[in-house]
Amino acid sequence: MVRFENVGLRYGLGPEILRDLSFVIPAHSFQFLTGPSGAGKTSLLRLLFLSLRPTRGLVNLFGHDVSLLGKEEIAGLRKRIGIVLQDFRLLDHMTTYENVALPFRVLGREESTYRREVIDLLKWVGLGERMDALPPILSGGEKQRAAIARAVISRPHLLLADEPTGNVDPTLGRRLLRLFVELNKSGTAVIIATHDIALMDQYEARRFVLHQGRLHIYE
Amino acid sequence: MSRIDDEHGPLMDLGQQERPQVPARARNLSPIVPRASIAGRALVAVVAIMTFLASITTGTVLLVSASAAEWQSDVASEITIQVRPAAGRDLDRDSAAAADAARGQPGIIEVRPFTKDESAKLLEPWLGSGLSLEDLPVPRVIVARVQPGSRLDLAALRNRVTQAAPTASVDDHRAWIERMRSMTGATVFAGVGILALVIIATIISVSFATRGAMAANRPIVEVLHFVGAGDRYIANRFLRHFLRLGLEGGVIGGGVAMLAFGFSESIAGWFSGTPVGDQFAALLGTFSLRPSGYLALAAQTVLIAAITAWASRRTLFATLDDID
Repeated sequence: MVRFENVGLRYGLGPEILRDLSFVIPAHSFQFLTGPSGAGKTSLLRLLFLSLRPTRGLVNLFGHDVSLLGKEEIAGLRKRIGIVLQDFRLLDHMTTYENVALPFRVLGREESTYRREVIDLLKWVGLGERMDALPPILSGGEKQRAAIARAVISRPHLLLADEPTGNVDPTLGRRLLRLFVELNKSGTAVIIATHDIALMDQYEARRFVLHQGRLHIYE
Repeated sequence: MSRIDDEHGPLMDLGQQERPQVPARARNLSPIVPRASIAGRALVAVVAIMTFLASITTGTVLLVSASAAEWQSDVASEITIQVRPAAGRDLDRDSAAAADAARGQPGIIEVRPFTKDESAKLLEPWLGSGLSLEDLPVPRVIVARVQPGSRLDLAALRNRVTQAAPTASVDDHRAWIERMRSMTGATVFAGVGILALVIIATIISVSFATRGAMAANRPIVEVLHFVGAGDRYIANRFLRHFLRLGLEGGVIGGGVAMLAFGFSESIAGWFSGTPVGDQFAALLGTFSLRPSGYLALAAQTVLIAAITAWASRRTLFATLDDID
């Protein structure tokens, strides 16, 4: 599903922050991505999300060499990827329900076809009572859950999550991890970037460790 | 086959206890790009002003062109014969001979020699009343009307008239008509120039407004990119706002201009009798625009709305290229 070969990344003329990354992420796989702050976890996620282009090496996503893709093709591939960012990126003028349903709207689906699904997921992540609330009045944890719900609602082929449990208590963290595991069982490849050792210990999965720009994989 | 295209049930099985037992109600979805995030009023005002200026320019050009065409057809249907006084010649007799010669020319349907008194009346505005033409070498004027649609043999007429009266000259007003034509052409050219400037200013204003709207809504654009929206989808969310703003501004500006032309006859009436009013009446005729003129203004309003949408679309795609 994802193949990196000798991928390097630098910002401008600065030093290379990711060096010689070579790995494969198979379909239906689950992996944690960890490493110290500044190791390049977010940059790697952005490479996987196609919002950054590598300065060298080959990135192959869903069978496409991403260096050959145009903007519309990239947009098409992104519909198959869900992403949870540290800063949530919710739209402040839309309710929680509308934010979570946004991927379906972009796909052009009628509201009646996804309403039940969105409501069920919001209840699962504990936002059943906050469906009509606007993001500015949500707490950090609620925003995070809404961002996660938005990323998983369309059951993407690949889910990228950057510190998805950073703002929630351990109980809810476990519940969100269960959501990711269930999503993985239904066929989504999952990559969770986290510092949370306790979270990683709760589920047996491959670990990608970034250190000084290099990637070490522990099966 | 993509999983996102599949028809599938709820992602999580929450069990009957947790599942709501009442049907979820339909929701009114907020627009993806909020209307309030676009500086609409300023843009509507700019487009309205631009459309108003463009409409006034076009309307004035149409009025001038129509009046000039009327003058030209009036003037072109007349020939003026001047019989100058000369020593040893009888001016009255020469005038009568020239008029007779003109009458005999095919294509001339009416010949009207101006009498001595009428000639004095023509000069009255410059020389005052009580003028004695005997004291002045004033030529006598004969006006001949040409049959509409016929081609007058001017050389033959000139020949015939000068044989009858050697001091006569024939003027078909060609020089004056040419001057009129060039004046009308210059007016149209200036009008087109002003229109071009107005359109360029509209495009620049709309581009600035679009860029401003895109900058204000950059977080929305980024999120839409995250959820897989293509540039075309995003551009269309913005474009509908700008098309509406363009139409709103266009209708206001064009409508006010049309009302101005509609009431212009009454306005001209207030100034009739004044020197300014008379000059304008002489230049622009009745001041009233024909129905085809109103159609042209309506078409121009639609054109400006379309230009607004086009300029906005162009800027949107250029800006989207920079945001990712």
